[in-house]
Amino acid sequence: MAKVVVVTSGKGGVGKTTSTAALGAALAQLGQTVVVVDFDVGLRNLDLVMGAERRVVYDLINVIQGDAKLPQALIRDKRIETLSLLPASQTRDKDALTSEGVTRVIGDLREKFDWVICDSPAGIEKGATLAMHHADVAVVVTNPEISSVRDSDRIIGLLDSKTAKAEKGEKIEKHLLLTRFDADRAVRGEMLKTEDVLEILAIPLLGIIPESQEVLRASNLGMPVTLSDPASAPARAYMDAAKRLKGEVVAMIIPGQKRRFIAKLFGRRAA
Amino acid sequence: MTAAAQSRSPSIRMRGRSYMAIVLTPEPPIEGWLGELGEQIRRSPSIFAGRPVVLDLSALPRDEPDLQPLIGGLQEHGMRIIGIEGAEASWPGMEAWERAPMVSAGRPSRLIELPGEPAPGPPAEPEPASLLLDGSIRSGQSVSFERGDVTIIGAVASGAEVVAGGSIHVYGTLRGRAIAGAAGNSRARIFCRRLEAELIAIDGLYKTADDLEPGLRGRAVQAWLGGEALIVAALD
Repeated sequence: MAKVVVVTSGKGGVGKTTSTAALGAALAQLGQTVVVVDFDVGLRNLDLVMGAERRVVYDLINVIQGDAKLPQALIRDKRIETLSLLPASQTRDKDALTSEGVTRVIGDLREKFDWVICDSPAGIEKGATLAMHHADVAVVVTNPEISSVRDSDRIIGLLDSKTAKAEKGEKIEKHLLLTRFDADRAVRGEMLKTEDVLEILAIPLLGIIPESQEVLRASNLGMPVTLSDPASAPARAYMDAAKRLKGEVVAMIIPGQKRRFIAKLFGRRAA
Repeated sequence: MTAAAQSRSPSIRMRGRSYMAIVLTPEPPIEGWLGELGEQIRRSPSIFAGRPVVLDLSALPRDEPDLQPLIGGLQEHGMRIIGIEGAEASWPGMEAWERAPMVSAGRPSRLIELPGEPAPGPPAEPEPASLLLDGSIRSGQSVSFERGDVTIIGAVASGAEVVAGGSIHVYGTLRGRAIAGAAGNSRARIFCRRLEAELIAIDGLYKTADDLEPGLRGRAVQAWLGGEALIVAALD
């Protein structure tokens, strides 16, 4: 039975698209068939991060409006054959999304893939609510700082009221993905501590992704970070998170502080 | 329309003004119609109060309009008939209405709603009620319960609000707004396990986070109205 996952946050720029690509690639590397769907109509980024921007012919809006069939719009990843992308339109905007169209597309995708990962746009309006509507699982991406935490709290409230599951009286499975975690700044008190974030949001922790240069490099290369540099700290953290999504129990590694002097001498990075 | 009197005496102002009159159209049999009219008045006694009433007699048969019981019945209800439509002055019985001038057919105006329900009795005393919410209140959510107390087992997030007619009890951290005694109850109180509130208010008197004593932040507190001031004190 396919699982529909929504990667959402409320706040913009916290790492939804990066995480969608990384988790999607990680799950595909673990042998699952995965499709990542970009719901950010008009401001699409998932195709860039996946390195597929030069192969986009048809998109989600074309499929919703019947201009193209779903297989014509799906772009298979060149590196992992079990990973596919359904891009968003860049020339339209969120008003082109319709509830019936999204229901139909998600239904079709459920039959073809093990995992349907929806990259939600920022905000709480139509794009975000349609992206979350059919989800079985939600990954709430949060930076450890107060604006992001409050916006994530708002999104969690919406997950509990505006999804198909909520309307049926069921609870959607929610996970917290803490991204751009900087241990040094947390210790200095410049960023919220993990325990504080968990206390406010009160949902189980899926993973802690450290702030790192690899993410930007991967994005510029057009590769999910789990593919471009699998040994790096963020890639390993994403892979652990993907395993936890599948239900495995993996020990949580808290990204440690950078050891300055020694790291420079020996070129090693902590955790 | 203002017309000035053409004389050396001070000019008298005359104006035109529209009044809405209720037009009653009695239909035969008259007794039945009068009975229904009586029923309507019993249900809503004030419906004709102060309203001018015009009688439209066009539904009555020309040769035997049977006006006597109609006149009698209407007088019983104390209605002010200011005009009569759709009848000839020569009809038998019309002399009894010598004071009511004949009016030519007026312009139909909007339909007048006749209230169907009996006049409401005095409002019942609201029964004390209480709302229990098991779970946190997320940012952006708003809980509103005018009828009584609200108890929340969980936290109230920053950007959320709880509005209660009675007291508010938060078994968790209060980070948002708590507005108690919202319907005018000055005896309402606010309780919470940890105070980090953005705003608390009881019966209109409020304090924002800045106004709260710094020593109370993070502690279990209760808030109540003492005289005209909002008092907040630690519970432990």
